[in-house]
Amino acid sequence: MNEHQPDWNALEQDLDFQQLVAAKRRFIVPATLFFLIYYFALPILVGYFPTLMETPVIGALNVAYLFALSQFVMAWVVMALYVKAANGFDEAAAKIRAKVAGGGP
Amino acid sequence: MTLAMFGAFVALTLGITYWASRRTQTAKDFYAAGRSISGVQNGIAIAGDYMSAASFLGIAGMISSFGYDGFMYSVGWLVAYLTVLLIVAEPLRNCGKFTMADVLAYRLAHKSVRSVAALSTLTVSLFYMIAQMVGAGALVSLLIPQLSAELAIVLVGALMIVYVVFGGMLATTWVQIVKAVLLMTGTVILSVLVLAQFRFSPLAFFDAVAQITGTVKSADGAIVTKNFMQPGLKYHGAYGALDLVSLGMALIFGTAGLPHILMRFYTVPTAKAARTSVVWAMIIIGSFYILTTFLGFGAATLVGKANIGVEKTGAAAEAFIAANPDKAEALKQQLAEVGYVLVPNSNLAAPLLAKKLGGEVFLAFIAAVAFATILAVVAGLTIAASSAFAHDLWLMVIKRGKEDEREQVLVARITAVIVGGLAIVLGIALKSLNVAFLVGLAFAVAASSNVPAIVLSLVWRRFNATGTVVGMLTGLISSLVLIAMSPAVMGLEAPTATVRHLIQAAPLFPLENPGLVSIPLGFLGAIVGTLLKRDLVAEARFSEVIVRANTGLGAEV
Repeated sequence: MNEHQPDWNALEQDLDFQQLVAAKRRFIVPATLFFLIYYFALPILVGYFPTLMETPVIGALNVAYLFALSQFVMAWVVMALYVKAANGFDEAAAKIRAKVAGGGP
Repeated sequence: MTLAMFGAFVALTLGITYWASRRTQTAKDFYAAGRSISGVQNGIAIAGDYMSAASFLGIAGMISSFGYDGFMYSVGWLVAYLTVLLIVAEPLRNCGKFTMADVLAYRLAHKSVRSVAALSTLTVSLFYMIAQMVGAGALVSLLIPQLSAELAIVLVGALMIVYVVFGGMLATTWVQIVKAVLLMTGTVILSVLVLAQFRFSPLAFFDAVAQITGTVKSADGAIVTKNFMQPGLKYHGAYGALDLVSLGMALIFGTAGLPHILMRFYTVPTAKAARTSVVWAMIIIGSFYILTTFLGFGAATLVGKANIGVEKTGAAAEAFIAANPDKAEALKQQLAEVGYVLVPNSNLAAPLLAKKLGGEVFLAFIAAVAFATILAVVAGLTIAASSAFAHDLWLMVIKRGKEDEREQVLVARITAVIVGGLAIVLGIALKSLNVAFLVGLAFAVAASSNVPAIVLSLVWRRFNATGTVVGMLTGLISSLVLIAMSPAVMGLEAPTATVRHLIQAAPLFPLENPGLVSIPLGFLGAIVGTLLKRDLVAEARFSEVIVRANTGLGAEV
C-alpha cells in the first residue's frame, strides 16, 4: 500500500477476478453449510434423541460415540478437499497479481 | 522431581527468550515475529495456543466424571477450525497487519471501530487469562505442595512477562512450539499406557468404560442410571439439549474470534502459509482431542472416578468435613481409617492417571507439562492483549496513526507488564472462585462480538462503522449479562463451601452458555446498526477489501 495503488474497482470488475471469487464461493458456501449441518446434528441428536443415539453398534461402542468420532474424520476430509481446491485458487490469484504487476487493468 | 523438570522447561524457555530478544526490534518483530514463522511452525504454535490447561486437564477431568458428554467439547474444539480455515484465516492474513482490528478498520477507518475491537480483544484475553491463572494456582499447589497457590500465580505471571516483554512474538511462538511437542508426547505416552492395560484392544477398553455408571435426574424427576458411553450425564433435564447446542455455537464460532489465535496468522509470510498453519493445527488438535478420550475414560476406569481428588489431612480435612454436612459421617470414617479425606477435583484426572500408570517420575513429567501449558497460553494471551492496546488504542486512536516504531514497541512492552500484573492480582483475588465459566465466557464473547464484525466486513458491501460498533457492543454486552445471570455465575451453596458461585442466588437465565442467544444478537446488532446509517466511503472501499482478501494484492509483508 506504499507506492502505487492499483485500481481496485476495475480489478473487482475484471473477468478473471470474478471467476476466482465465483469459484471460491462455489466451494466455500456449500462446504460451510455442510459442516455446520453435520456438526449441529450431533448436539441436536444427542440432546433430543438420546435413546436412538444409545443404540449399540459394536460391543460397547454406540451410535453417539461413533457419530462424535466421525466428526473428526469429517473435519479432516473437508480440510483436505479445501486444500486441494485452494491450490487452484492460488493459481488464479497469482495470475491476477501478475496482471497488476504488468501494468494491467 | 516435578520441580527439576519444571526448572528445565523454564531454563529452556528463558534461553529461547534470550535468543529471540536479540531479533526483536521493530513493531513487526514484536507483534508478528517479523513474519518469519513457517506455516508448519505456526500450525504447531496455534495448536500450542489452543490446547490450554482447560483442554488438557479440564477435558480429561470432564470425561472422567461425566463420560460421553465431556467428549462433546473435544468435537467442537476441532470442528471450529473449519470456520477458521474456510472463512477467516486467509482474508485476515491478506487484509491485516498485526491485530484483528486491522481487518475491520480497513474500510471502516473510524476510531470507534478500533476502540471497540480493542475493548473486545482485551475483554476476551483477560477473562481467558484469569481462568488460566487461577487454574495455575490450584494446579501447582496440588502437584507441587512446596509452592502455594499465590506463589505459583506470581511465578507464572512473572515468567510470562519476561517472555513477552523481552522476546515478543518470536519467543512466545517458540515457547508454544516446545510446549505443544511436550504436551503431545505426554498425551500419546499416557494413551498408549492406558491401552496397554487392555491388551491394546479398544473394544475391551470401551467395554470397561461402559461398566462405569452415573445417575442423573431426568426431566420428569425420575432417577436414571446411564453408563459412561451414553450421553446425558452432564447435559440433561429441561434445558440439557439446548445447552449442548448453545455450547456448540460458542465453540464453533468463538474460535474464529479468539484474538490470540487470529494474531498468529500475521506471523507467517503469506495467505498460503496461513492455510498451511490451520491444516497442521487441525491435524495436531484433532489427534490430541481424540486421545483425550483415552485420558478421561482411562482415568475413570483405571483410577476410578471416586478416587480423583486430593488427599487432605489435619485442618484442611476438618474444613472439608464441615463444608459437607450431608457426607460428614462417611468422611470422618475415611479420615479415621486411612488418615486423610479425599477432596474431589476432576482436574487431577490426567495427573493421577499418570501416577497410576507411570509412577512418580511420569507424574512429575505430566505436572511439568501442565504447568508449561498454562505458561505458554498465558504468554500468547498477553501478547494479544498488549498488541490490541499498543497498536489499536495507542497508535491508531490516541496518536492518530503517527507511527513511531520505538515508541510503539515500548508501549506494547509496558502494556504487557501491566496486563501481566493485572492477571497476577486478579488471579490471586479470585483464586477460590469457580472460574471455569470464564473460558466459556471468552469463547461466547469472541463468537458474539468479534465474529459477526469480521465475517460481515469481508462479505457485505454495505457494512459500516455504525454496524461494527453496534454489533460488537451488542454481542459483548449480551454475552456478559447473560453469563452473569446463568447457572455458571449464579447459584446457591452452603456458606462453608470451598468453591462458590459469584452470585449467591438462583440463576435467571437457564443456559450455562449464552451463545444460542448472544451470537444471533451480535449479528442482529451489526445488521441493524448498518442499516441505520449509510456510509458511501466504506461501500466504495469494499472493492479494495474483496480484491485484497481474495488475491493477496498489497498484503503486508
